[in-house]
Amino acid sequence: MKKQDSCGALQTRQKIPRPIIFLLVVLVIYCGAFLLEPERALVALEFSTKMLFRILPILAVVCGFMLLNNLLVRPSWVKNHVGRDSGIKGMAIAVLGGVLSMGPIYVWYEILRDLQGKGMRSGLVAAFLYARGVKPQLLPLMVLYFGWIYTVVLSFFLIFFSLIVGTLSERLGADTLKE
Amino acid sequence: MDNDKKGNKRQQGSGADDFTASLKKTGRMFLHMLPNILAVVLLSGIIMEFVPLDRLSELLGGNPLTDALVGASVGSISIGNPLVSYILGGELLKQGIALVAVTALLVSWVTVGSVQLPAEIATFGARFALVRNGLAFLSALVISFLVAGVMQLLGAGI
Repeated sequence: MKKQDSCGALQTRQKIPRPIIFLLVVLVIYCGAFLLEPERALVALEFSTKMLFRILPILAVVCGFMLLNNLLVRPSWVKNHVGRDSGIKGMAIAVLGGVLSMGPIYVWYEILRDLQGKGMRSGLVAAFLYARGVKPQLLPLMVLYFGWIYTVVLSFFLIFFSLIVGTLSERLGADTLKE
Repeated sequence: MDNDKKGNKRQQGSGADDFTASLKKTGRMFLHMLPNILAVVLLSGIIMEFVPLDRLSELLGGNPLTDALVGASVGSISIGNPLVSYILGGELLKQGIALVAVTALLVSWVTVGSVQLPAEIATFGARFALVRNGLAFLSALVISFLVAGVMQLLGAGI
């Protein structure tokens, strides 16, 4: 961003990206935690390190998806299948994608943002993110803890509400792509 | 014949260029998401260590609406494998906590992301992230009552 100072000279001010600010804030929190409760902060750091190693394979898969997306998915395809006029078909694709996607939610943000840039409806991004609540790989464990009737009923409502949340997100104006 | 060969070479060159460009774009996307991922992972450690989830049952046991609100709130700030929420939910049910509270906890655990919210804002913008998470929180409350109601109608116990 260019700004004119008091002497009339043009200055170039670099805007710090939000993800960097977020990371800096978290690092400040860690500094505070290490000062106040070093032992617990160390436990937290160990937990985070283990978590990071656990998500590395998922991250590799998502990077593979990003490469395929950049290589093969054209804006015209996105507009036809998950674009403004994609209707119920687009919603079905988004919900199915959300249910089948794996790993933590935040590793999918970048690829969704890219698809949004190519014409994907924001409501479908919201539906995708919500449908991730259904975890096919964990359903047997859910049945073990809560029984199959509860699992079926809850999964049905999660899928149904992913459509509602997707539609409402769009209606409530959450359809502006971030610059 | 010569023209065909030139055309094929041009096509091969174009394919290689496409691949290189896609690879570069993927690298840029990865670098863009890396600070977000590191921040969320680091913050998860802090939440797991400093938020006493094991004392959740002390907050529950009041009226169903308050229980659902507490369950949904705790689920919203929790992070980690949903399996943890199943174990926690199972324990709470054993302690006699209402199904409404446990369901609100399970649903908000996987649909609301308070810890990831700054990353979501950084990626999609504040309006999208706040509307989506707000709706997800409300839906956790609605779903918890619907599921409890359907289970009662079906006469199914857990």
